[in-house]
Amino acid sequence: MARYSPKRLFRNRMNLVPFLLLLPAFMVLALVVVFPLGFSLYTSFTPYRLIRPNTLHVWIGLRNYTDLMGNGDFWAAFGRTVLFLTIALNVEFLAGLGIALLISRITWGQRTLRTIMMFPMMFSPILVGYQFKFVFNDNIGILNNALQALHLSDGAIAWLVDRNLAMFSIIFAEVWMSTSVFAILLLAGLLSMPRDPVEAARVDGCNPWQVFRHITLPYIMPFAYIAMTIRSLDVARAYDIVHVMTGGGPAGRTELLWTLIARTGYNNAKMGMANAMAYISILLSIAFTYFFFRKLIAARKFMRGAD
Amino acid sequence: MDPKLRRQLGRIVSWVLTFLLMMIICVPGLWVVLTAFRPNAEVLAKPAVWVPQVLSLNNFAKIFGFAQEVAIPVPAYFANSMIIALTSTAIALLIGMSGGYAFARYRFRFKDGLFLGLMLSRTVPGIALSLPLFMIWSRLGLIDTKPGLIIVYVAMNVPFTIWLIDGFFRQIPIELSEAAMVDGCTRWQAFWRIEFPLARSGIASAGIFAFLTSWNEYALASQLTRSTYSKTLPVGLMDFTSQFTIDWAGMSAMAVIIIIPALALTFIVQKHLIAGLTFGGVKG
Repeated sequence: MARYSPKRLFRNRMNLVPFLLLLPAFMVLALVVVFPLGFSLYTSFTPYRLIRPNTLHVWIGLRNYTDLMGNGDFWAAFGRTVLFLTIALNVEFLAGLGIALLISRITWGQRTLRTIMMFPMMFSPILVGYQFKFVFNDNIGILNNALQALHLSDGAIAWLVDRNLAMFSIIFAEVWMSTSVFAILLLAGLLSMPRDPVEAARVDGCNPWQVFRHITLPYIMPFAYIAMTIRSLDVARAYDIVHVMTGGGPAGRTELLWTLIARTGYNNAKMGMANAMAYISILLSIAFTYFFFRKLIAARKFMRGAD
Repeated sequence: MDPKLRRQLGRIVSWVLTFLLMMIICVPGLWVVLTAFRPNAEVLAKPAVWVPQVLSLNNFAKIFGFAQEVAIPVPAYFANSMIIALTSTAIALLIGMSGGYAFARYRFRFKDGLFLGLMLSRTVPGIALSLPLFMIWSRLGLIDTKPGLIIVYVAMNVPFTIWLIDGFFRQIPIELSEAAMVDGCTRWQAFWRIEFPLARSGIASAGIFAFLTSWNEYALASQLTRSTYSKTLPVGLMDFTSQFTIDWAGMSAMAVIIIIPALALTFIVQKHLIAGLTFGGVKG
């Protein structure tokens, strides 16, 4: 019997098995992520241009980074990206919460509604971009056509050209695509919530807002953090949307960090500079994810403690 | 206000809101689908034609090359997308099962750190990663090849796959496989006879997510592919925009082709999808 003691197999700290099991994962990630990022870091210290291969071996230290510090276009794109993410994530959370509360109340057709709600999750970001390029098109877009048919506007509104409207259109497309992640997870949270505490609070005289604020909200916050973490893993999907809808234009009015990287690296062939920008965008993404991941771990510990 | 009236009013408001919400979700997509069956002249007409006069499969015939003009090799792109997405999903699932099992069943040094590292590797924006990959892949001769893109997608999918599968393995009581091992199974046999069948639906949902990620990816594919050897559908969709005028009807037809496999898959497994997201994440 002692020979088969499975407890020892599972719990042995010096066991090599888990590391062997994880080896394939880390090998692939080393090849596709870690090694390229190392190369990228090196390249960001060179004036590398695709058309002049020799420049890959010229070391210029931090010059790309110091140039970036004084580059107004870069900081404008950086600020716009942070603003974009902040607005999009907050609107997605609030809209997702609203939708989840709305659907959790509806008793008839709830499953159908939930299925329809999942549609946007399945769309390729490039398709979402194309779809809204079509919707917001000033000449033939369904939105302008509808506004004109209802006599709400006379001329064509240039949704994708005007500075503020273009940013609004892009955020709208992003929110359309990603709100369902929040809505579905928060709805799952609401549906799994025990009824007793809510009933008890009502009996004790809490009004609906107090019930929501002190019982419902704390219960579903872990679900919100999961949604936030899943979302923060791929916030850069927005690149696809912007690339299709406006390409960062007109005149850089919707330029985000990611479109600026693509333009600098591929269109202008300044690989060294683009890699320096890419590093800053990576740090931004990691900061976002790390923040939500810590919250998620805390929430998971809290949930497990409650079991 | 009378409570009965108030409740009635609340119900009406929630129905109106739900209706508006469903409109916002469905109308843009349905409009694209409708456009796919209409001639371009009608799409461009001013004032707008709201009720379609002509519906036909001409746009699909055109992009699949049954008409005279073949501008965009959609069948080749479709085949590339399928091969790349299916292969990378299968490999990501194998690696993910092995990694998820390690996280769910063993205690080892640096466990939390390794897990966090895994997640952080997924956060690198595709376009930022594409710069060094473009340089390295062109030296290795992997640019414009299917294996080149498959490796990249495996790496993109492994972290999230491990996360989901880890959650599903954890839900299975460890006593079940311990009992099997006491009865004479090896670890390997216990895994295939006990844990794998029980976690199968979770593994399937992880597979759907991996497939959708590969199927829909654009930022990396647009830089690492060049021709019909490896171009995927999302990259092919942008072929339309290189012309002076946008062929809205043709693009919409291609959009429909991209979305149908994704929608079909989702419908088949939607219950597992939701369970996969919540249990994998919370209870893990």
